[in-house]
Amino acid sequence: MNINLTLIGQLIAFVAFVAFCMRFVWPPIVSAMAERQQKIADGLAAADRASHDLELAQKRVTEEMANAKREAAGIIDAANKRSAALIDEAKVAAVAEADRIKAAAAAEVEQERARAQEQLMSQVSSLALAGAEKVLGSEIDAAKHAELLKSLTADH
Amino acid sequence: MAANGHEQTVSEYIVHHLTNLTYGKLPAGFVRDDGTVVSDTGLWTTAHGGGEIAAMGFNAIHVDSMIWSVGLGIIFCWLFRTVAKKASADTPSGLVNFVEMVVEFVDNTVKDTFHGRNPLIAPLALTIFVWVFLMNLMDLIPVDLVPEGLKLVGVEYQKIVPSTDPNITMGMAIGVFILMLYYSIKVKGFGFVKELSLNPFNHPLFIPVNLFMEVVGLLAKPFSLGLRLFGNMYAGEMIFILIAALFSVGVMWILPAALLQVGWAIFHILVITLQAFIFMVLTIVYLSMAHEDH
Repeated sequence: MNINLTLIGQLIAFVAFVAFCMRFVWPPIVSAMAERQQKIADGLAAADRASHDLELAQKRVTEEMANAKREAAGIIDAANKRSAALIDEAKVAAVAEADRIKAAAAAEVEQERARAQEQLMSQVSSLALAGAEKVLGSEIDAAKHAELLKSLTADH
Repeated sequence: MAANGHEQTVSEYIVHHLTNLTYGKLPAGFVRDDGTVVSDTGLWTTAHGGGEIAAMGFNAIHVDSMIWSVGLGIIFCWLFRTVAKKASADTPSGLVNFVEMVVEFVDNTVKDTFHGRNPLIAPLALTIFVWVFLMNLMDLIPVDLVPEGLKLVGVEYQKIVPSTDPNITMGMAIGVFILMLYYSIKVKGFGFVKELSLNPFNHPLFIPVNLFMEVVGLLAKPFSLGLRLFGNMYAGEMIFILIAALFSVGVMWILPAALLQVGWAIFHILVITLQAFIFMVLTIVYLSMAHEDH
């Protein structure tokens, strides 16, 4: 247990090493560690944010898809309604056309029948005249009996 | 172990191992072993034996303690400085990882114990921890290796564990004590005097009693700090030397002594780390107390 100048020497060395450590060793190591810690924390936060973003995007995709489906359903509905309306319109138009054509045909038939009747009448009357002429043996004056014949045709 | 000339006794062997390589000033009129008398101006020389060291008194320096202690301090600074230069926010590896682990450990210990803001405390704690650890680590080198090796080149004494030298441990403890006083006065100002004189009995009549108790308590801190480390390391070193002395008792003791050396060395790994840690923690605690206003 000799206490001597070594004590002072060690004290000086101690101060020197602590000063060196405080200036050149501690700050760079600690700041590098803090920086790395920050970097890692940032990285983790970014990953968190990314996964959150993904979640949001997925939610939006589902929403968009639901919207699209709803719109498509609406469009199909409208189209169905429109086609039904078109069919109804067409039906009405067709019925009207058919009636028109039927009426025209009936009128024509009536006209044809009248003409044929008239023709038949005139032929019948001339046939009757010829017959009567033969029966009577004498000529019948066509002009004289025209009125009679006319009334005959009118009766039939 | 055989010394030149005569057979060395066990106690001589132990004393030799516990003697520092000392360079100092012999006082005037001192009669040396070889019969020469020191002149009136005194003589700066390397001491031969305990008698000369005792005669030198305070005017001497333990060359071995200083060289090993400063050398280990330089190794610490160099090692950590290399890492500090390499340190970056990128992925660390190898040595950087190890050093950062030590730094983080010290940093956490400081944060747990010291609640003020002082940029000195953490580097101080790191220096103490690593430096004291390295000095203690010298204890694990076989006791005869370095002294006997150096004897071959003419160095008479060599004590390679600086922390078994009270000068070394007390030198550091006094450094810490100066810091304690400095921060006590800086932080508390006159409050420091009040703390010393009005605790634990807060009455003017008790000021002398308080002062006595508090000053003793204050002085006990550096002594407990320095002498605890010294005592532990000295005792450990002593046991290493005693076990080594067993080798000379007889051939049949070689194996048990070897086993004992290994066993004690393994146990000592724990002791040296623990003592370094205790020195660091106590330093932090004492400085923390110096910063706290009551």
